[in-house]
Amino acid sequence: MPETNLENITTSTGRPLRHEEVVVNVGPQHPATHGVLRLEVVLDGEIVVDVIPHIGYLHRCFEKHAESMNNYQQVVPYVDRMDYCAAMNMDFGYVLAVEKLLGITVPERVEYIRVIMAELQRIASHLIAAGTYGLDIGAWTPFLYMFRERERILDLFEMTCGARLLYNYMWVGGVSHDLPPGFIDKAKDFCSYFRPKVKEYNDLLSYNDIFIRRTANVGVLPADVAIAYGCSGPVLRGSGVDFDIRRDDPYSIYNRFEWQPQIGRGEMGTTGDCWDRYMVRIREMEQSINIVEQALNQIPDGDVFSAIPKRIRPNPGEVYVRTESARGELGFYIVSDGSGSPYRVKGRSPCFSNLSVIPEISRGCMVADLIAIAGSLDIVLGEVDR
Amino acid sequence: MTFQEISDKLKENFKDSILEVKIVSPADSSVKVTSNNWRDIARFLRDDPSLKFDYLMCLSGVDYGKGVLGTVYNIYSMTHKHRVNIKIEVNSDNPEIPTVSDIWPTANWHEREVYDMFGIKFIGHPDLRRILMPDDWEGHPLRKDYQVAEFYRGIKVQY
Repeated sequence: MPETNLENITTSTGRPLRHEEVVVNVGPQHPATHGVLRLEVVLDGEIVVDVIPHIGYLHRCFEKHAESMNNYQQVVPYVDRMDYCAAMNMDFGYVLAVEKLLGITVPERVEYIRVIMAELQRIASHLIAAGTYGLDIGAWTPFLYMFRERERILDLFEMTCGARLLYNYMWVGGVSHDLPPGFIDKAKDFCSYFRPKVKEYNDLLSYNDIFIRRTANVGVLPADVAIAYGCSGPVLRGSGVDFDIRRDDPYSIYNRFEWQPQIGRGEMGTTGDCWDRYMVRIREMEQSINIVEQALNQIPDGDVFSAIPKRIRPNPGEVYVRTESARGELGFYIVSDGSGSPYRVKGRSPCFSNLSVIPEISRGCMVADLIAIAGSLDIVLGEVDR
Repeated sequence: MTFQEISDKLKENFKDSILEVKIVSPADSSVKVTSNNWRDIARFLRDDPSLKFDYLMCLSGVDYGKGVLGTVYNIYSMTHKHRVNIKIEVNSDNPEIPTVSDIWPTANWHEREVYDMFGIKFIGHPDLRRILMPDDWEGHPLRKDYQVAEFYRGIKVQY
């Protein structure tokens, strides 16, 4: 971190230069805050002295809404709107939690469909993350390249359930529609189309000299700090912690596939810098393609909905179920009192914890690096504020 | 360690502070503790070499009704890959729980959220402000007896 001793700076006539701290608001409306986030930044010249994040601008009372629903199924559309860039992952976490509360299992085919959707969604979400990260730093073209591929994933979702952003696709006990005819072939086509694209991103952005200089050694998040602040997902793995819930606390059928969690190794600088966090996402996309391909080859025929009553009444009890969403550990803590509506639903959003680390890693950096750091955390405010 | 071993170890060290051990399934079993000794228990959970609970996954507030509020801590160990759930219950008239934001820094924002939504005061918290609702909001929305005010700064709240 740069140390500047401002006390000794004088003009050529020997007069000491006056300096004082200023407060600059980044956001709530600012293209680099990825939503309505306000960063109250205390600056000494161009050096960040402190960052105070202000959140809550997008608070839509998700938890209060969930309590007032008269059916567990009705919460799913609200869950979609938490992380609108990875709605399938959100649905997945919630329905798994309710299914665990009910103690039911779902048909084999449903498990495969869910994994395929969740991994495609992870790719789509990482494409947004990496694309807009390039945009934050001043690279316009990679954003367009990545959105081109994302469109093809959204086409697959659209042919499955009709929606392109908020799907309401995974329901408690199953999924809303079976895969349409031709989906498997189209998804396989996408996999083979997508693999070479990753090299394109690397050539264009990842190993671009300017990009590396903007991100390497910037915003270094040491592994112990990441764990203490409850960071998860690519932010945690970027710091070199080999932890992925899909492997270490497996849910659904993730233990059937062969893939490797990706971690940051400090290739361009220090382990846990912005480049590592970015690169973990790029590499995870390839791993997700591996999972999707295996799942497409193994998917069995069968029902897409298990026989459960229309109005679910779980026994009194509570569960905390966590899944690996595109941004990290998505947990749902649900308390049931035996009635038809949830007594308490708490969404533990990964971005909430990931964002809370920003003051810790930004102190002492330049103000332009703050933008690089905020982008590398890949926050979605819909999920931070719920 | 299994949940049984973890709860036995806690009982051994904090006999008077353990109110209830509830065994359901490995992931959802919980230990209910008293609030006055909570910081010592938390530090023990984090620092004991055989426990090493270094990762606070989730901290939720719950309104159990009948004047009882509670917090639930879902804690995980990255080293030993085991987990435990700790529960604390307090009276809703004057709900106070010692903070653990210096033990697990992630608790800082989570405690602010619980304070915002339930009005539980975390004693010793360095920056206990509302986090999701506006600073001048009245009441704590996730309490079961919460009544929303008719107007907020001249804006009609309910439609």
